[in-house]
Amino acid sequence: MNLKAIAEARVTDLGENILKHLQGLGEFTNFTFRTLFWTFKPPFRFRLLFDQIYFMGNKSIFIIFLTSIFTGAVFAFQIYLGFKAINADSFIGPIVTIALAKELAPVLSGLVVAGRCGAAMAAQIGSMKVTEQIDALEVMGINSYQYLAVPRILGATLAMPLLSAIFLLIGYWGSWLIGVKVIQIDEILYTQKISDFMRLGMVAEGLIKATVFGYLIGIIGTYHGFTVTGGAEGVGRGTNMAVVWGMITVLVVDFFLTSFLARIL
Amino acid sequence: MTGKYAVEFRNVSKNFGDSVILRDLNFGIQRGKITTILGFSGAGKTTLMKHILGLVMPTSGDVIVLDQTVNHLGELALREFRTNFGMVFQYAALFDFLSSFENVAFPLREFTKLSEEEIRSKVMSLLDSVGILPEAAKRLPSELSGGMRKRVGLARGLALDPHIMLYDEPTSGLDPITTHTVYDLMRDTQRRNEHRGFTSIIISHDIHATLKYSDYIVFMEKGRVVEHLDVENFKKSENPVIRRFLEL
Repeated sequence: MNLKAIAEARVTDLGENILKHLQGLGEFTNFTFRTLFWTFKPPFRFRLLFDQIYFMGNKSIFIIFLTSIFTGAVFAFQIYLGFKAINADSFIGPIVTIALAKELAPVLSGLVVAGRCGAAMAAQIGSMKVTEQIDALEVMGINSYQYLAVPRILGATLAMPLLSAIFLLIGYWGSWLIGVKVIQIDEILYTQKISDFMRLGMVAEGLIKATVFGYLIGIIGTYHGFTVTGGAEGVGRGTNMAVVWGMITVLVVDFFLTSFLARIL
Repeated sequence: MTGKYAVEFRNVSKNFGDSVILRDLNFGIQRGKITTILGFSGAGKTTLMKHILGLVMPTSGDVIVLDQTVNHLGELALREFRTNFGMVFQYAALFDFLSSFENVAFPLREFTKLSEEEIRSKVMSLLDSVGILPEAAKRLPSELSGGMRKRVGLARGLALDPHIMLYDEPTSGLDPITTHTVYDLMRDTQRRNEHRGFTSIIISHDIHATLKYSDYIVFMEKGRVVEHLDVENFKKSENPVIRRFLEL
């Protein structure tokens, strides 16, 4: 093969890859608009929505509990190690709490939910697709987006801020245990410093982020379920993609949301 | 709904990109009868069925089902229209998170305003009509045999008293005895509902069962209808492809 042919093949591959990704983006956008459309169309299946909130919220609490208590504790300990040299260890409380409220609670809750619930959404919907259960819904005249995707997306959107708030409270408790009980900072000083520096806008920032992350995790998880092709291997691939893209999206969108919210809150 | 045909294809062609799946189909499926769409794999049988349901639209031509032109219906009208159908899928396609009872109750809960007591009574009667014992009603699809799943699928398909029942390879993966039990059940269902113009359409490549249980056979090859005959005339067909199929 001469050089020209190799170059042509490379350019063709590149072009095909770009087209494939653009097509994927188009399909994702189309999916997003379709689910939005069906969100506001009756019938409204509140029972399915509550089931999803229960699954994503209540069933995630134990993982959120473990993640948040150790995050708060280890963060408090690290701050102490750094700040004790300049005698600023009483700032552990506000630093940990602000970091939890603005960043750690929504982002780490997002990563936990993307891993646990994003994967579950893709696997459940994907396996329904390969076993023709989605076709069965459609044949009955039930819109599969409305029945399967909408409750999961709304469930994730509503459950995420609740989980993030729980993360914040338990994370605070973990840092308090280290700060007050282990390092022995005066409890009044510890809480006083927090009320000096914390503002309601910081908590609001975290909750807004968590809501957006929940929506995105829901959309990504259900999209990768609906686009499963093939058998069990396809379901595995879809699940994997849902987790990977869910986590990446949380981290990337966090950056842009932080820049945006910093200006308005 | 008084026409002779439950389903009519008028000059229907379907292309997916460059490949032609259905080629200029012109035929009708008799109302109140069992018609089997027969053919080799890749003949276009499943695409044909999806056209009947309005899941796929023709590239050209019209699909008329129960006196309505399916390809002219909007999305919401199509959903309403699909309640005229019951369908048994190749592998039953029961919702794996629901028990047999709940699978059959599902369309009743979605589309009717029946009370819980009425739903219970109708579901148990449907399950009984397909030979599912009350104790099996509580089981999940994963706890049922292949034949039982098909029966529950049939009961679910019949829940809304459809006008057309579609069967997509209803006996694939079943042993010969269960295959005939399922076919007997399909024939009984047809007989019980024939008075109201109930029509059964079966997609199959099981020639022996087709000859035994069908009233009409549509034979497809490469997207075309090669023959559309009643069973007796089908057996006498001189078409070499059909002869090959009959001699299997």
